[in-house]
Amino acid sequence: MENKKTLRAPVSQKPLVIEKPENPEYIGGSVSIEINEKKFTVPLGTTILEACRQNQIHIPTLCHHEDLCVAGVCRICVVEVEGMRTLQASCAFPITAPLKIRTTSNAVRRARKHVLDLLLSEHYGECYSCFRNNNCELQSLAKEYGVDHYNFGHIQTPRYEVDNSSYSVVRDMDKCVLCKRCVRTCIDLQEVGVLEAIDRGHNTHIGTFWDKPLAEVICINCGQCINRCPTGALRANDPRDEIWSAIDDPKKHVVIQTAPSPRAAICEEFGMEPGTSLTGEMNTALRRIGFDVVFDTNFTADLTIFEEGTELIARLYNALVKKEQVALPQFTSCSPGWVKYLEHFYPEYVDNLSTAKSPQQMFGALIKTFYAKKKGIDPKDIISVAVMPCSAKKFECNRPEMVDSGFKDVDYGLTTRELAQMIKEAGIYLPEMPKSHFMPKSHFDDPFGEASGAGLIFGATGGVMEAALRTVIEFITGKKVENIFANADITPVRGFEGIRYAELPITEVGPVPKLIAHLVPDWNWLKGATLKIAVVHGTANAKKVMDDIKAGGKFSECHFIEFMACPGGCIGGGGQPIPTTPEIRKLRAKAIYDEDSSLPVRKSHENRHVVEIYDEFLTDGPCGHLSHKLLHTHYVKRGKYIA
Amino acid sequence: MLVVEKNALSEEIESYVNKYGNDRSALLMILHEIQKKHRHISEFAQQEVARLLNIHPVEVFSVISFFAFLNSNPKGRNLVRICQTISCDMKGKSGLVKAIERELGIEMGGTTKDNKFTVEYANCLGLCDMGPAMAINDQVFLQLTPEKAVELLGKVK
Amino acid sequence: METIKKKRTGPVIFSEYKRGDAITKALSMTREDILFELKDSKLKGRGGAGFPTSTKWMLTAAAKSNEKFLVCNADEGEPGTFKDRVLLMEYPELVFDGMVVGGYTIGAQKGIVYLRGEYEYLLKPLEDYLEVMRKDNLLGKNILGKKDFSFEIEVFLGSGAYVCGEETALIESLEGHRGEPRNRPPYPINTGYLGRPTSVNNVETLAAVSHIVMKGGSWFAKFGTDKSSGSKLFSVSGDCEKPGVYELPWGIKISELLEIVGAKNTKAVQIGGASGHCVPKSQFNRTMAYEDVATGGSVMVFNESRDMLHVLKNFMEFFVDESCGQCTPCRMGNVKLLEGVEMIEKGEYTFAHINKLKDLGRTMQLASKCGLGQSSPNPFISILDNFKDEIFNAANGGRNGK
Repeated sequence: MENKKTLRAPVSQKPLVIEKPENPEYIGGSVSIEINEKKFTVPLGTTILEACRQNQIHIPTLCHHEDLCVAGVCRICVVEVEGMRTLQASCAFPITAPLKIRTTSNAVRRARKHVLDLLLSEHYGECYSCFRNNNCELQSLAKEYGVDHYNFGHIQTPRYEVDNSSYSVVRDMDKCVLCKRCVRTCIDLQEVGVLEAIDRGHNTHIGTFWDKPLAEVICINCGQCINRCPTGALRANDPRDEIWSAIDDPKKHVVIQTAPSPRAAICEEFGMEPGTSLTGEMNTALRRIGFDVVFDTNFTADLTIFEEGTELIARLYNALVKKEQVALPQFTSCSPGWVKYLEHFYPEYVDNLSTAKSPQQMFGALIKTFYAKKKGIDPKDIISVAVMPCSAKKFECNRPEMVDSGFKDVDYGLTTRELAQMIKEAGIYLPEMPKSHFMPKSHFDDPFGEASGAGLIFGATGGVMEAALRTVIEFITGKKVENIFANADITPVRGFEGIRYAELPITEVGPVPKLIAHLVPDWNWLKGATLKIAVVHGTANAKKVMDDIKAGGKFSECHFIEFMACPGGCIGGGGQPIPTTPEIRKLRAKAIYDEDSSLPVRKSHENRHVVEIYDEFLTDGPCGHLSHKLLHTHYVKRGKYIA
Repeated sequence: MLVVEKNALSEEIESYVNKYGNDRSALLMILHEIQKKHRHISEFAQQEVARLLNIHPVEVFSVISFFAFLNSNPKGRNLVRICQTISCDMKGKSGLVKAIERELGIEMGGTTKDNKFTVEYANCLGLCDMGPAMAINDQVFLQLTPEKAVELLGKVK
Repeated sequence: METIKKKRTGPVIFSEYKRGDAITKALSMTREDILFELKDSKLKGRGGAGFPTSTKWMLTAAAKSNEKFLVCNADEGEPGTFKDRVLLMEYPELVFDGMVVGGYTIGAQKGIVYLRGEYEYLLKPLEDYLEVMRKDNLLGKNILGKKDFSFEIEVFLGSGAYVCGEETALIESLEGHRGEPRNRPPYPINTGYLGRPTSVNNVETLAAVSHIVMKGGSWFAKFGTDKSSGSKLFSVSGDCEKPGVYELPWGIKISELLEIVGAKNTKAVQIGGASGHCVPKSQFNRTMAYEDVATGGSVMVFNESRDMLHVLKNFMEFFVDESCGQCTPCRMGNVKLLEGVEMIEKGEYTFAHINKLKDLGRTMQLASKCGLGQSSPNPFISILDNFKDEIFNAANGGRNGK
């Protein structure tokens, strides 16, 4: 499971360092406590909050988050501990000795109510005009504690300006409750370090360096702060209005591509348990609300495997056979948060990034060229929308270089949350939608109708690597990947460990497939070599790996590394439904892997439409001239200096 | 900021880092030195400190914004702080404040046009037995009258 | 700034002491013996909280670590307190000798004086003094020839934040963070500066230690009361003829103290600084002691002419300024209390609302993260309760008859 990071956090926010006994059965390994006059035994070092939750005793929380280190600042979780003069924050109190705890006393109830009264008194605005209405932790607490009026008044004029400078993240500090979850996310979980508490006392607010607009600092747009904000203080920059206008405009041909992760998570926006894929339902809904065609980003994910895989083979060939200076390991470039992270923090390594665009941008370029031509539509009349689990995709489609079709390749990035909102606005209850027609045809529209399971698993950490391996193994060995990994499930790269490393010895080689025959004459140069790969998710882990590479450590010997900015990969993206926890991310990933196993085509190179597009349009093959123009890009050495 | 100035500032900060180390626990010492010399810690200086201590610029900015004696924006050449806490208040702090405001033509918190003075309130200078107290830069003056306070300001260069 | 040493007299702190004596004597004793003397002295922390010093040092001494720290808390920010300034300026030998003794007792290699930024003018004299100690081998390696005992002291200058007087906030700021108090537990005695066991002691406590080492724990315990042994330095300011620092035994009555300092027509005394309690005339027979009116030493005297609401407002403004802003009750509660005072000032209050605020104050006392928020409602509650006639019950229903 992903660990709670504590690298950057001030000590005040780190959990108590207790050497927990390996086994709670050992002497001194556990402690007997009494909660509300009932006896329990818990392992040494368990917090009061954990002890209560393990034993079904409810404690309200606000600044606590399962992914993050301790803060103990909101004081909503206070409890009474016998012998202590003051109330204790249960989230921050490790049990190291027998305690008697009361969670329901008058002082506790009153304190919690007071904390809420205080927070509400400066929580500007009204719930019904807030996007977090009905999914707000402050609102739920107010309901739980029966707040029916403002005991200490309610602020009538805003104190701060809304910062909507960023393409990705909008900050409305008037709704902030100073729980510092975003700070802990940004500094500690992600190690990006854009947000911190500024000023002190009543003037304390969460801000950026020099209180600059978000667009001017080194935000990577990962949106993890949004996912962990308990209120409406952080949200994504929402393009719904523009998209509705395009839909309502009969002259516009509105195209939508849907990434793999939203379909595995959108159910949560409709009150369902996490982990149910609603691919078919979502596609029906998309057509009903007025999108002209619905494409599957998994298609360009398959294309990415061709382009990125070919690029890797070319790099390896140039390095090993031609002995040229080549940037290795090659890094994946699908995650725009990761790309921007690298551009800022390790600009000297931008050459290691695969030049292949992300699936979203590849699709954008194809829609306004190949598709437009094929359908006889003027590309200027096409509005291209991408449903993504991601807030950084909004920035990505606005990068000035992403205009290779002659137009803005992708017009709008739409998050899972925003799409759910659009579906609701259209009066549709998604779980009740009929599934779109699947067999024998696809859910999705032609000419990109087919996508493989390999493209689908791009959504989870390790997925890009697994998809690449399914193809690369077969390309090189000429054998079925199933012969090596049962069901073609490449389990060594799966899971949630922050950094995963694997070695694949190449013992035998086959013939070079026709599609890339122009690149390498044979595979003999790979025989006996060991392919070293790594999978990394969360930029804090990326930092560790990059520092290792810089220091010439084991990761510098890798050939190919998958990096995802968000913990869990795209399924934990900054555009996904709120809340997020390790458990929820696990269920979403499972939904994706389950759907993958059920698909008839599970390898990118078996996607017949991809093969067709190389026959028909990108005729000089992967990494050829046209694909370079449309499907590849370049990066900017941004650096860390904030002007 | 000129490149030459930037380089000089970077070198200066590097010398502080050499003196106090590049651990985060050296941060406040380094900031003190910069503050003392330049009377503020500029945007560039903050980023240099962050770079050399391997922390994020916003962390430096956050710490500076927390402490009353560190500031990001320049103040006047001389910093005048008048204790506003109750003991000094009872001994006639408001008289002092009014006189100084009149004399310098600015309000508390302000800076004179010639950039010579910034006047601020301070929270308890720890001189409660000898109030009202006022600090000009790192010197303190006790048992002041409005007249004496103004006279003191006159002596400052 | 006046630096001539005033002639001060007092039973304990200001009694005869020769520089270096406590160090010499302590190094001839075992660590256990020093702890026993401290235990006998029943010395409690002089910063205000009153935690037994022997226990704190025993726990720090017992904590497992090859690196430990002793921090002298000279971030004297409580309004009305200036005893530490006097001690550091006039009696640095007491404080620094106490630190060396402490370092020896708990097994620390380094002592840090956290000097408040407002006392920057003390920095140079203190550093000069430390230099002299180094020359005389009262600091440095193998102090006074004692093998395996090396101790250094450095002075760290604060940057203007009252909350850094709270020991964990102090440590945070030493580590280069915002001065925000930590969650406790863990306590500094096992996870302090840089995660190492750290004892944080008040300036006056350390000064007392020097005397206790020289004259014995039982000598010290003779002064004061049973639960509050020894003497206390009181910082007296406000409406009296002779403000200043006084050393008096614990257990002295407020009225006695007022007499000594020449206070006349006294209406109220604020004891323990802004975060302390406001004692009205009717309670002047109460005693200064941990068991009655506990204090870190600040005594502010108000005579009949003073407007108590104005006093309260000054205190609440102070807390709004100085709250670190980390936890909800303190960050926002103090603002609400100040607003309440302003409502009373303008005559725009209801008793219902004021009672609500007092109730909020009680929550702040219980639910705030650190001592600042836990004590900042004290003046609000005590002044409004003890001076309600003056503040609320004037003939015209307004405030104070105005």
